[in-house]
Amino acid sequence: MLYFTRWKAAAIVLTALVVCLCAVPNFFPDATVNSWPKWAQRHLVLGLDLQGGSHILLEVDTNAVRKDKLETTRDDVRRVLRDARVGYTGLVVRGNSVEVRLRDEAASATALTKLRELAVPLGGILGGSGQMSLNVTTEAGNLIRLTVGDAAIIDRVRQSVEQSIQIIERRVNELGTVEPLIQRQGTDRILVQVPGLQDPTRLKELLGKTAKLDFRMVNIGTPVEQALQGRAPPEDDLLYSAAAPKTPYLIEKRVLVSGGELTDAQPGFDQRTSEPIVSFRFNTAGSRKFAQATQENVGKPFAIVLDNEVISAPVIREPILGGSGQISGSFTVQSANDLAILLRAGALPAPLTIIEERTVGPGLGADSIAKGKISSYVGAGMVIVFMLVTYGLFGLFANIAVAINVAMIFGILSLLNATLTLPGIAGIVLTVGIAVDSNVLIYERIREEVRGGRSAINAIDAGFSRALATILDSNITTFIAAAVLFYIGTGPVRGFAVTLGIGIITTVFTAFTVTRLIVATWVRWRRPQHVPI
Amino acid sequence: MRLLRIVPDDTKFDFMRFRRISFPLSALLSILAISLYFFHGLNFGIDFRGGTLLEVRQTEGVADLAKMRATIATLGLGEAQLQQFGGPSEVLIRIAEQPGGDAAQQQAVTKVKAALGTGVEYRRTEVVGPRVSGELLSYGVVGLGLAILCILVYLWFRFEWQFALGAMIANVHDIVLTIGFMSVTQIDFDLTSIAALLTILGYSLNDTVVIYDRIREMLRRYKKMPMPDLLNASVNQTLSRSVITHVTVSLALLALLLFGGQAIHSFTATMMFGVVLVGTYTSVFIAAPILIYLGVGRGTDALTGPASGKSK
Repeated sequence: MLYFTRWKAAAIVLTALVVCLCAVPNFFPDATVNSWPKWAQRHLVLGLDLQGGSHILLEVDTNAVRKDKLETTRDDVRRVLRDARVGYTGLVVRGNSVEVRLRDEAASATALTKLRELAVPLGGILGGSGQMSLNVTTEAGNLIRLTVGDAAIIDRVRQSVEQSIQIIERRVNELGTVEPLIQRQGTDRILVQVPGLQDPTRLKELLGKTAKLDFRMVNIGTPVEQALQGRAPPEDDLLYSAAAPKTPYLIEKRVLVSGGELTDAQPGFDQRTSEPIVSFRFNTAGSRKFAQATQENVGKPFAIVLDNEVISAPVIREPILGGSGQISGSFTVQSANDLAILLRAGALPAPLTIIEERTVGPGLGADSIAKGKISSYVGAGMVIVFMLVTYGLFGLFANIAVAINVAMIFGILSLLNATLTLPGIAGIVLTVGIAVDSNVLIYERIREEVRGGRSAINAIDAGFSRALATILDSNITTFIAAAVLFYIGTGPVRGFAVTLGIGIITTVFTAFTVTRLIVATWVRWRRPQHVPI
Repeated sequence: MRLLRIVPDDTKFDFMRFRRISFPLSALLSILAISLYFFHGLNFGIDFRGGTLLEVRQTEGVADLAKMRATIATLGLGEAQLQQFGGPSEVLIRIAEQPGGDAAQQQAVTKVKAALGTGVEYRRTEVVGPRVSGELLSYGVVGLGLAILCILVYLWFRFEWQFALGAMIANVHDIVLTIGFMSVTQIDFDLTSIAALLTILGYSLNDTVVIYDRIREMLRRYKKMPMPDLLNASVNQTLSRSVITHVTVSLALLALLLFGGQAIHSFTATMMFGVVLVGTYTSVFIAAPILIYLGVGRGTDALTGPASGKSK
């Protein structure tokens, strides 16, 4: 147990040294580390609770996705039947399906064929599950029902999450923060973590807006009062202005040009009134549509609608042919800037709701780091003194082993680019307890073997081999607890589980190799007649 | 240099005799803890109950709790708790979950921030919506159960089923007593409490396994020794280690408790209770003596354990 071949000893020293060295980048400022080669840059990341920042969990509104899907299906049905010149009487959304009643049974076969073309296989052409996005059935009385299944909704939600992540990335990057983290969680959630924010209000505003921009005509043929009494024409929407006082408008459902056809949007100032505005530019198709629409409607008002609110409703004075324009409407500099960001990033495919928010201000983070440091130093100091008092020279060996152990934990955490949180620091402090325990187990066993009448070297040898079995058993049980903690935990709990788990691995490693090597070297050097513990 | 010996060599305490006291005592305390849980309840934090938590600091002077409480009461947000947290200028505000889903929680934060104005710094804001809180709680409970199960299976493979059962009884006992402690002290029960419970579980097991390891070894060596004597000898032989280890763990925890700050205070306080008080007691006075009743196999069974080849 105490004999190490030369290469084995070298391997142990080398492993411990390399792992400890991985912790080195943490001691240099970021700017210095960034100038190093890529492989040497791995370092610990401070968690949001230590450096301050916002953790926001968003969820795609599944009901909105379902409603949207049903409404587009209904519009598709209307278009298909009109193109095929099939007459129908009722076209409604009912539950999870769209129902349409044909006027003439003779047209039923044609209608069915055309409507079936609306259904597409789910999950793309490749690797699809074989399910269709729509299930078209017929019933008595010329009724055709197009049902949107749950699988189709889930598929749609998944697509929305993917698109939303890209859009959110563009929006958050505009805030100019360092290293935001945006990732999907589960099927319908997105986690956004932005470090170092003083106030998350603006972030939340940027995340919470769908930013669906449409250019639509204002219906001036029907008085708004009629719509306010609940008799809005079916092809119009009753919308209100974004700015107070809330003015009602009757806006056509038909969209002239949508925000998806913008190529750029920039905040600026109106040359005459010097009010903040947002200027925009359409792509080629958008320019053509906008030019045509403005040519046909000179003298009539159109509306710029953002998330179902009317931002402004100017009258078209002359055709706009250049494909660019500007939006004005009681903006502040900040809100004009934010709108430009939202328009450049694009609209979210479905509304997102904030279901969890955790924000830590930079002041609290700095306090936590300071407290973490003090408690670690004090804890380590007390343990070191206690070990020296209890075991003397062997206590010193134990302290060296535990120090190497802690350095290795930091090394591995750096290698994994892991995040260090306050509970993570607690995990490291507790690991120190476990690491000390492994030494105590060994030394107590050696004491027993000495009392049992063995010679010094024999006792040390036997002490190690018996204690190591116990150390393995007891650490595996704690490791199982840490693994479960990691598996089920989120955020802070996970940080704790990571350091505890890594700590257990390094503890077992140091007990089996480093501590043993130190004691073995000492034994070979001093050839002790009795054990000084 | 004379080294410190906290526990003298060759102690011969009759720990097994204490089982006539420790078993009824533990049973009583467990029943007490369970009834506390049901009748007094736990102080569920926002992680599990949903709602809003704001940690604010008055930028100038001392925070006026009464005034803040009055300001927030006018907002019509239902039950709001305010308490001093850390220094005299720091206040922790808890607002119960608002009816009306996830968006309503965010509106509550906006309202409070508007009402408190610019004189305060927001050190921490946590908003947990109704769905997330439900999931977190079920994850926590499932996790705890899963951990116990995994550890049980491991011990069953490593030892015999009697040991696994004994360890499980000891474990459940620890968790139950710690939950009782949380109920008495009304410490916030949140995600970190689950972490604390799992760590207590791990530590207590660690301790139990060390003693069980020794018992197994003794079983192999002394085939004729009466069970109570054998258990006593095992506990006494590992006593020095148990004490020294717990002193070091307590030292580390004490440092966290004194200097770790409010953020991890409930975590360390729970750990201190669970690891130092309950965990140690359990392994010596419950986990070891219970083997007398569980009828650990003597002779061949103990010898054919998977580890028999290792510790020669």
